[in-house]
Amino acid sequence: MATLKELAKKNELFSGGHRLCTGCGIPPIVRLILRSANAPVVATTATGCLEVGTTIYPYTAWRIPWIHSAFENAAATISGIETAYRAFKKKGKIPKEKDIKFVAFGGDGGTYDIGLQALSGALERGHNFLYVCYDNGAYMNTGIQRSGATPFGAATTTSPAGDIILGKQEVRKDLTRIVVAHNVPYAAQASPHNWADLSKKAEKALKTNGPTFLNIISPCPLGWYSKPEESIEAAKVAVDTCYWPLYEVENGVLKINYKPKQKRPIGDWLKMQGRFKHLLKPENQALLDKLQGCIDAEWERLLSLDGKVI
Amino acid sequence: MAITMTKGQVGLTGNTAVAYAMKQINPDVCAAYPITPSTQIVEEFSGYVADGAVDTEFITVESEHSAMSACIGASAAGARVMTATSSQGLALMWEMLYIASGMRLPIILTNVNRALSSPINIHCDHSDSMGARDSGWIQLYSETVQEAYDNLFQAVRIAENEKVMLPVMVCLDGFITSHAIENMSLLDDAEVRQFIGEYKALHSLLDTDNPVTYGAMTLPDTYIEFKRQQSDAIARAKDVVSEIGKDFGNRFGREYGLMEKYMLDDADVAIVILSSAAGTTKVAVDELRKKGKKVGILRPRLFRPFPFKEVADALKGVKAVACLDRVDSMSGFGGPLFNEVRSSLYESEKRPKIASRIFGLGGRDYKVKDAVGVFEELLKIAETGKVEVLTKYITM
Repeated sequence: MATLKELAKKNELFSGGHRLCTGCGIPPIVRLILRSANAPVVATTATGCLEVGTTIYPYTAWRIPWIHSAFENAAATISGIETAYRAFKKKGKIPKEKDIKFVAFGGDGGTYDIGLQALSGALERGHNFLYVCYDNGAYMNTGIQRSGATPFGAATTTSPAGDIILGKQEVRKDLTRIVVAHNVPYAAQASPHNWADLSKKAEKALKTNGPTFLNIISPCPLGWYSKPEESIEAAKVAVDTCYWPLYEVENGVLKINYKPKQKRPIGDWLKMQGRFKHLLKPENQALLDKLQGCIDAEWERLLSLDGKVI
Repeated sequence: MAITMTKGQVGLTGNTAVAYAMKQINPDVCAAYPITPSTQIVEEFSGYVADGAVDTEFITVESEHSAMSACIGASAAGARVMTATSSQGLALMWEMLYIASGMRLPIILTNVNRALSSPINIHCDHSDSMGARDSGWIQLYSETVQEAYDNLFQAVRIAENEKVMLPVMVCLDGFITSHAIENMSLLDDAEVRQFIGEYKALHSLLDTDNPVTYGAMTLPDTYIEFKRQQSDAIARAKDVVSEIGKDFGNRFGREYGLMEKYMLDDADVAIVILSSAAGTTKVAVDELRKKGKKVGILRPRLFRPFPFKEVADALKGVKAVACLDRVDSMSGFGGPLFNEVRSSLYESEKRPKIASRIFGLGGRDYKVKDAVGVFEELLKIAETGKVEVLTKYITM
């Protein structure tokens, strides 16, 4: 695995000057992944913040070949590119020794929801690519609407905290588990605050033959109503509260990569974000308890599977 | 079906002929999903892949949306790319059709025409491809199995022409052409290879030394310029279609123009109609000509870009015209072909009378007597100078 020094020395493939927000979790995630690849990368991005923020014509932040075609089809688009690569290799139009890595980026809306079918199809077909979901927990690009990844209780513009209904009423979808159910060779959850873990996972995923998946929590000051300067800290607290466990499933074996010495209460994470303000009121303790209960149950489940073939 | 003979007359269905054309084209990538009545194309082509008869990488996608998305990815990577679909499949691709043409990707799609739901129906009409007529794809409509087969090779050349760089949709009628056996002749592989040549993309995503960004976001300061360039490109396609149709004729003896005129030069009245129904109409023309009636047919082969000048010119001596659409645009004012033809004629000094007739939806038979009925009505219009019913449904 590359050291921080080595990573820092690598070419910057994702240039500054893009228009993603201050404190956005996406740029550090993308930069680290591109730095972790030890071969040229071709990428696609689903419609969303990353796409809109990096390629306003005539500018582009991408110093690698890159394509955006639509919202729900990043996995299908990368399937086509990767297949063309194999066709050209077979016909000798690309030299045998040339190795190219294929990466699809999508937000949670483009991955958990509208892009799930395309993702499932591409995973099942076994294309050689890495899918990266930057999960900021809502449709942030269109103005913070709830997605299948939005945490229980969070206020969004389509699940507002009203007088009767207090934020999102449903528990979030466990996408990583859905991906694992495709029996892919490698899938993991990661966080930008833990660069070493994230970089190692990206390197591992890109080295693996077959479809691989990284689900990465991505703080969004705009949608989380959090302080931009606290984004990386917010990602850390998400992991320390076990809201976002860091684990990987490699060839069917689950491994928890980080176990907090002391698991922090979910309130510590919620209080950093305005979207959960209503959950912290004494009269809504039951909702807070429900969220804590979900997190505890999932963490226990993971602990029971740690080191095992799942 | 294994086809071993590549010269002389053979009897093939439209689907088998298209699959065989795809085999001869030997594209780099094919991404497709099964749907009636085009399924057979995908099945037979996957047989060629399984037998190693082609070098193509075949992606068995999980939907037509992903089929076109994968085609877009592969085409942007510089591959020669083909797919096939029908009806709901084309409808599910809708979003991606616009993206393929907007990115100027020379993808070839065979659309076996079938009605759109609801109510669900698997038989022929043109509601699928006509709904996509403004998606920026070049559209060729084929009358016969032979023409569908020949169109596929020409489509490759048209799409990849540097003046054009646009996707092409080759349409043939579901079941009527896709499943009926017709006599036709095949080209041999060497002739095909020579005709289509090698494809070298101008910009490939796989050229990692020269990275390109595809699909950037445009704001009101640039979007319209992109669309203007696209519009100019599809307008240029018209001459390219003519040139390639001529070249095809010179090489293989079957020349194709923008449209086919049948007994039109001295005709008093004419039916304008697309695809296989033109064949039925030709029988009606022959019958009526025997009785001394001056009737004829104009069959546009190219619908997008619409050859409006050539259509107006072809109909200039005619007194009355009926446009027969195998689709209703639900505009309350006739079908798409009617709208295009009528609009094309507006600048003409001596405009013929013109009527819209919707026929054959959902596979309803269009018979010689239906065509005769329309011609008789037209002859009356020519005589009286009056169109009593401007738009109506027939074959009911």
